Amino acid sequence: MTQQEIIAKINEFLVEEFEVDAEKIVPTANLRETLELDSLDYVDLVVIIESNFGFKVVAEDFINIHTFQDFYDYVNRKVTEKATA
Amino acid sequence: MHNRVVITGLGIWSCLGKNLDEVTDSLRAGKSGIGMDMERKEWGYRSSLTGIVAKPELKGILDRRARVGLSEEAEYAYMATLEAMKNAKMDMSWVEKNEVGILYGNDSSAKAVSEAIDTIRIKKDTTLLGSGSIFQSMNCTVTMNLSTIFKLKGINFTISAACASGSHAIGLGYLMIKWGLQKHIICGGAQEVNPFAFGSFDGLSAFSIRENEPTKASRPFDKDRDGLIPSGGAATVIIESYESAMERGAPILAEIVGYGFSSNGEHISNSSVDGQIRSLNMALKDAGVDASVIDYINAHATSTPGGDFAEAQAIDAVFGQSKPMVSSTKSMTGHECWMAGASEIVYSTLMMQNNFIAPNINFENPDEASAKLNIVSKTTEKNIDMYLSNSFGFGGTNSSLIIKKFK
Repeated sequence: MTQQEIIAKINEFLVEEFEVDAEKIVPTANLRETLELDSLDYVDLVVIIESNFGFKVVAEDFINIHTFQDFYDYVNRKVTEKATA
Repeated sequence: MHNRVVITGLGIWSCLGKNLDEVTDSLRAGKSGIGMDMERKEWGYRSSLTGIVAKPELKGILDRRARVGLSEEAEYAYMATLEAMKNAKMDMSWVEKNEVGILYGNDSSAKAVSEAIDTIRIKKDTTLLGSGSIFQSMNCTVTMNLSTIFKLKGINFTISAACASGSHAIGLGYLMIKWGLQKHIICGGAQEVNPFAFGSFDGLSAFSIRENEPTKASRPFDKDRDGLIPSGGAATVIIESYESAMERGAPILAEIVGYGFSSNGEHISNSSVDGQIRSLNMALKDAGVDASVIDYINAHATSTPGGDFAEAQAIDAVFGQSKPMVSSTKSMTGHECWMAGASEIVYSTLMMQNNFIAPNINFENPDEASAKLNIVSKTTEKNIDMYLSNSFGFGGTNSSLIIKKFK
């Protein structure tokens, strides 16, 4: 899966599951504020990532994810690690 | 000094329709809501018969956070409550400024629990249940979710009393308002409709296996009945003090005047004529009326051989002199279990408003006990000034409500 494919897939499920307007999803925007995430929403984000990309996010990993770009990079790194493992 | 307690809002989502108008038409037409769910056969059920209840489409109506916590039965309850609040003229801005409570009957959330346990077993990771699982899984799923969605600030809990849950919810709400503890309460009952929910009930051979004639399978009081048909949905009955209703300019649909209850103190699943008679007499005493003023009884009768036989005896013992008209709307709906006590208040109040009695369909031949009752087998035009609704549940919990036309 290429980085572009990963980004497209993430954006698709964010629009579908979190009902955010597609135009609000820009790489530099803040993930938590844009999606209006509360502590419960993070649990659902873990579930969606697991079902789409096959790995489990550790809650602590979210500490360093601020922007959409951080999120894309994180998922891309995990998917790459999984593929090369 | 006790408050008068009135009904100002009704809402329904059932196998007879998705709103009050559809349900009124079905009741008048004597239309059955029963069909088959063949998945149940694959699961080893004796009977595939079930009420056929539409799934609400909530995307676009409720936001994601609200939706993910809703169990199947809570979705039904949301739809029924939305309709009831609308016709009670309770808008959100008013609700947020007032102390509105919720007392809802529900006694399972088997699908949500089963799916969650399956996920844990397969994934070995509880986080992967998602955030909504716990709010779907608890018995109080309806009150927990609706109190949040509608921003309710009054009494807030669920009544679990088997197949009398919905009736007791209204009864307890009635008492709270009567005694001045609350002014406005959203009452009701909800019931999930899926193979997870009814396997253990099917296992008791309690369900009809007349699968060659689904719409004829539910036949309360008929001598050839062979069991009940599980069904569900949700029904909401908004109640408030007479003063509150007048102050708000709310439409007053009917008045609750009596609530009787009892426990059999006997067998866990068998009915008790004595227990039912005590509930009926308590309701009449609470209403301060003689049995002869009851125009109509919406019987609990579920179409089981033993249960209907006992109820017919109890009704005859209390109402044998006046012989009010009797029908069981379960002949059309099947047994809506935790919801039934509330839905049957909705059904009967619709009959009261529209001057007819819905038929006990499929009542062709009486048995020894039902022969003594005045059972209505065809839709009958009739002014109803006062009716009584029975609900009885496993564990011997009994509830009887008396509703009067508002004058």
